[in-house]
Amino acid sequence: MNRLKLILLQVAVGLGFLLLWHVLTAYPILAPTRQTQFFFSTPLDVLARVWKEFASGEIWRHLGITLLETILAFAFGAGGGILFGFLFARRELLAAVFDPYIKAANALPRVVLAPIFALWFGLGIWSKVALGFTLVFFIVFFNVYQGVREVSPVVLANARMLGMNERQLLRHVYWPAALTWMFSSLHTSVGFALVGAVVGEYLGSSAGLGYKIHEAESVFDVTGVFAGMVILSIFVILIDLVVTLVERRLLVWRPAPSTNGQG
Amino acid sequence: MPASSTTSAVSLLSVAITFGPKVGGYTAVKNIDLTAAPGEFIAIVGPTGCGKSTLLNASAGLLKPSHGEVEIFGAPLEGLNSRAGYLFQQDALMPWKTALQNVAVALEPQGVSRREAELKAREWLRRVGLAAFVDRYPHMLSGGQRKRVALAQMLIRNPEILLMDEPFGPLDAQTRQIMGNLLLELWAADRKAVLFVTHDLEEAIALADRVVVMSAGPASHIIGEFPVPLPRPRDIAEVRLEPAFHHIHKEIWASLRTEVQKAYAQGEEASP
Repeated sequence: MNRLKLILLQVAVGLGFLLLWHVLTAYPILAPTRQTQFFFSTPLDVLARVWKEFASGEIWRHLGITLLETILAFAFGAGGGILFGFLFARRELLAAVFDPYIKAANALPRVVLAPIFALWFGLGIWSKVALGFTLVFFIVFFNVYQGVREVSPVVLANARMLGMNERQLLRHVYWPAALTWMFSSLHTSVGFALVGAVVGEYLGSSAGLGYKIHEAESVFDVTGVFAGMVILSIFVILIDLVVTLVERRLLVWRPAPSTNGQG
Repeated sequence: MPASSTTSAVSLLSVAITFGPKVGGYTAVKNIDLTAAPGEFIAIVGPTGCGKSTLLNASAGLLKPSHGEVEIFGAPLEGLNSRAGYLFQQDALMPWKTALQNVAVALEPQGVSRREAELKAREWLRRVGLAAFVDRYPHMLSGGQRKRVALAQMLIRNPEILLMDEPFGPLDAQTRQIMGNLLLELWAADRKAVLFVTHDLEEAIALADRVVVMSAGPASHIIGEFPVPLPRPRDIAEVRLEPAFHHIHKEIWASLRTEVQKAYAQGEEASP
């Protein structure tokens, strides 16, 4: 009953927003409709454009490319983050020596790297994958590092008393502990992989959702920009849903699955 | 009754343990001489913070004594004590493994195949009364059930020495009794040397062959050893009603009381 009420309220907010948008652009209230529609388009036009994109099938190619870039960026970023997170957590000296450089690299706004990556890797998917990688890597790296270092000392002592050697400890204690932390940041890191892909496309490419939006922007096609944003949102929600399902499956042993990232 | 044997299972020889710097550090225990014969059940009691757990950690090899020697079956202990099992006060199960996996994994270091380890683990979980809970993760189990899993995990390796650090401390009174009886039953099957740390004197007397009383810290030492000549098998709940039990209790409490008061007074002055 309560849930139903909540959903109704949520839908009401969305519809209210669309209605406001529609009224303000369809009738000359604030300014002539020609003018408001040029700047804000109208909700019906945007929906019609989204429908057309999907109906014509044109958008699938772009979605596919963005998805591929996102997956690759996440896979490489997570792989690298896990590897180095483990290494640094187990080798105190390494962590201490590289600490300032890692902090500096992480502090850098990654967007400034995009042109350089375009130069190095071309305008194809790999420059976008590289940008996503730099975003995902640090999130996973810091989480895995933390996870390995904060393994419960009692669980560790117990495992050692059971006679486990370093390799067995790695497999049964450190690895699962690190994975837990990585999965707790799964939403954030997948989100950043997507950000990397879209921003990369936006700054220079010939395909993908970011490219679509940029293309529409360059000819002042506001309807196209909004349509691209709507499609991007749907895409993000779907990806997030998949992540939630994966997470629920993998963290079955946890009391309550966490639903947000590191925040 | 303890098995008579020339070698001891665990010997602590004038052991002292200091944390922090050699000079000015905190000396937890000092001048500890304690010997457990094979098959002997020793309970160590003392006021809070007297370094009871420190002694167990030294016997386990998790902690190296600053002074003195730890001998396991006559040989000096180096590194971890591979002949001992340790039951921790806190939850020490791997939360990402089911009860069955937690118990079975204890056999992996001995090179037992997974299939055989799982068979044995099932048997042990049945023995501790958890046959219906093999596939539960630790968070789905109650505190008492988690202790049962930990007990099975420790015993499946068949260690010759059992080290237990207030294992039933966090449990409610009834569960403690049930766990105590379970422990005695399992222990009676093939007696191992046991060092059982507790702050509960009644629990100590009900379980042990010998009760060792420690002084309040710092530099805690042994102030008394009391044999418990109660017949076995015992029932934890019933043995407390026997006159002999009261007699022993009175005797030990007389020496323990001043130490508890001392520790309490220290705690009032400055809690660590």
